[in-house]
Amino acid sequence: MITRNRLTAGVCIALATLAAGLGSVLPAAADEPPATPAPKVELVLDVSGSMRTRDIDGQSRMNAAKQAFNDVLDAVPEEVHLGIRTLGADYPGDDRKVGCKDTKQLYPVGPLDRTEAKTAVATLAPTGWTPIGPALLGAADDLEGGEATRRIVLITDGEDTCGPLDPCEVAREIAARGTHLVIDTLGLVPNAKIRQQLTCIAEATGGTYTAVQHKDELSRRVTQLVDRAAEPVITPVATEGAGSCSAAPKLEPGLYTDREKIGEHRWYRVDVLPGQELRASVSVAADRAVDNDYGVLLRAVTVHGREIVRGSESGTGRTDVISSGLRYPSPEIEDGDDGSGKPAAETVCLQLSNAFSAPASVKRTPGLPVELTVDLVDGPDQASDVAAFGLGRGWWLLGVLVLTGLVAGLLTGWITRWRIAVWRTN
Amino acid sequence: MVTTTSRRTRGARRAFAGALLAGLTLFTSAGAAVADDPSASASPGDEGSGPTEAGTTFRTATALQQGQAGTAQASAGDYLYWVFPADTGQRPTVKATVKLPEGEAKRSASTWQIDVYDGLRRRQACQYGHQTRKAAPDASAVELSCVLRTVRSWSEPWANDPLPGSYYVRLTVVNLPADDLGLPFEAEVRADSVDQGGAHHVDGALAEPLVPGISVTGASGTSQARAAGEPEDGWASGWWTTRWLWTVGGGVLAALAAVFGYSLTRGRGRPAHVPHGV
Repeated sequence: MITRNRLTAGVCIALATLAAGLGSVLPAAADEPPATPAPKVELVLDVSGSMRTRDIDGQSRMNAAKQAFNDVLDAVPEEVHLGIRTLGADYPGDDRKVGCKDTKQLYPVGPLDRTEAKTAVATLAPTGWTPIGPALLGAADDLEGGEATRRIVLITDGEDTCGPLDPCEVAREIAARGTHLVIDTLGLVPNAKIRQQLTCIAEATGGTYTAVQHKDELSRRVTQLVDRAAEPVITPVATEGAGSCSAAPKLEPGLYTDREKIGEHRWYRVDVLPGQELRASVSVAADRAVDNDYGVLLRAVTVHGREIVRGSESGTGRTDVISSGLRYPSPEIEDGDDGSGKPAAETVCLQLSNAFSAPASVKRTPGLPVELTVDLVDGPDQASDVAAFGLGRGWWLLGVLVLTGLVAGLLTGWITRWRIAVWRTN
Repeated sequence: MVTTTSRRTRGARRAFAGALLAGLTLFTSAGAAVADDPSASASPGDEGSGPTEAGTTFRTATALQQGQAGTAQASAGDYLYWVFPADTGQRPTVKATVKLPEGEAKRSASTWQIDVYDGLRRRQACQYGHQTRKAAPDASAVELSCVLRTVRSWSEPWANDPLPGSYYVRLTVVNLPADDLGLPFEAEVRADSVDQGGAHHVDGALAEPLVPGISVTGASGTSQARAAGEPEDGWASGWWTTRWLWTVGGGVLAALAAVFGYSLTRGRGRPAHVPHGV
C-alpha cells in the first residue's frame, strides 16, 4: 500500500536520475511547476490629507508609506504581478460627492518595472478624502481575470466617511464573487473606529489586520503579505450545493468553495466505487460578527436517506473557521456488475449544515464561505483483530507459551514412556 | 502511481509481509536513499532552520517536519497555521511559544491557544499540556503545548482516533481587548513525537495516509507535491511491529520449554543397573 507507493516512487526517481544522467535535474524540475498563473497583488494606498500628520517615527505618515513602498518594490518576487492604486490623491476640494469618487490606478497590475513604479509613488502628495469602499471595488476590478491568487493590501490612516457604501459590506461582496480575493489591511492610527472598520474588512475576506506603529513594521509587513501572495496554493473550484440530494452537484475529488447562509442546508453528491474510501472535510468560515457558540455538521447519507457516517464539531469563542470531516470506506461487493463489467458506483450524498447564529443587525447574504475537500482513495485494510496481524505481546503471552510448551513436552515424554513400557510388556 | 488493487490481493500481501521482511527492508532503504539524495542539497532540512513564515488558512498552512521549528512574525489576531506529518505509533507533542515584544506599546492581558486538527480537519483532543494560556499584561512570552493521542494505523470510520497523515496546528489569540488587535508578535512552533512501540500497534491499515488532496496529487504523479506532506523518511509500511519479536520469541521459548519438559520424563539417561541390550 503505502510501501508500494514509496517503492514505486523510489524506482521512478532512480530511473529518472539514471535517464538524465545527473541527479541535479530533479530539483530544477521541481522548482518550476507547469505554468502556474502569476499571483496578483494590488497595494491600495491612502493619500488623503491626513497622511500629512507627522506621527510615525517623527516622519509624516506619507513619507513612512513611501519609504515602505520603496522597500517593498525592491523585494517583490519576480513572478508576482503588482499594481498600485491610490485613494484621495487628486481632489483637494470640499465637495464630498467628488471627493468620494477620488480613486485611481497609479500603476497597472502586471510585470513590475521597479523604477517606473517607484517614480510613480514618489509623485504622490497627501490631498483629499478617504473613499475606501470605491477604492476596494476598483482594486477588485483591476485584479479581475485569470485563475491566480489575488491579494489587496490596503494601507490607510482614516475611516471611510463617504457612506452609504460600507467598505466592510463591499469587501464581503467582493469575496462572494468567488474570485479567491483576500484583503489585508494596515492601519496607521491606533483609533478604535478605524480598527473596527479595518478588522471587519480583513475578516470578511479571510485577510489580516495590522496596527502599524513604526516605519520598519510597515515595510516588513507589506513585504510579508506580498510574499504570501507568491506562495503556490491550490485554487479551489466554485460550486453550488443544492437544497436536496437529488438536485445536488456531483463532485469529483478536489477542492471546492461554496457559500452557505446561516441555518441553510447544502447537499453535494459523490460517486464512490465499491472498495474505495470517500474522504470529505469541510470548513465554514465566520467572516462576520457571529455569536460566540457555533457548530458544523457534515453527514454522508445514502440516496435513500440513511445516514452512513457524520463529522461534527462545535466550538466557542473567537475563531476563523469551524471544520469537520468524515471518512467512508465503501464495502467491496462480490457481484456488483451493472452489465458493462464495471462495478456500479454508489452515490453518497453529503449534507452540510452549520449552527452559526448572529445578531439581527448582521447581514445574512451572501452566505458564510465554505471550503470542501473531497478525496477518493483505495479502501483500507479492515482490521481482522485488535492487535497488529493478530500477534501477541507481553510477559503474560511468554508465560502462557512457555507453560504450554512445558506441559506439551512432559505429556509427550510420558506418553512415549508409557507406550514403550506397553510395548515391552507385550 | 496509485493503482487500484483489490483488497484480496492486499490481504494476501499482508500475509506474506513477514516472509518478505529482509528483502523489503533492503529494498526500501535503497529506494529511500535514492529519493533523499537530490533533495538533500535543496531542502533546509537541518534541525532548527525551519520555515520563517506561517500560513493563514488550512490551505496555505506552512509545512513542517517533526523536530523542525517554524517561526513567524504576525499581528495579534492573525490565525497562524502549520502542518506536520505524523505516522503510526507516534504520539506527537506540539509546542508553541508566543513572544510578545516589550516596548512602549501598553498591552493588556491576552489568552492564546493552539488547536490541532488531523488531515480531515477534525479537531484532535490534547491529552495533556497547556492548550490555552493567559498571558499577563507584562508577560514577554507564553508557552503552549499539546500532547496528542497515539496515532493508530486504522480506526473505524465512526471514530475520530488519530490516523497517520497531516496534522494542522492553529495558533491564535482567543481573548484580547480590541485595543491590542493588530500589534506585532512572534511565534515559534515545534512538533516532536514519542514512539509508543508495539503496545499501540493495531491491525488494519489505511490505503493512503490522511493527507488532503492525496487522490488528486497522487494521480497526476507530481512526487514533489506529495513529498510536501510526507515524513522525511516516507510513511511507514505498517507491517513492522515489535509484536513479531514477542510472538516469535514466545514460540522459541515454548519450543525450548517443550524440549526441557520432554527431557524431564526421560530421567538422567539409562539407569546404571540396567544392562546393555535388554
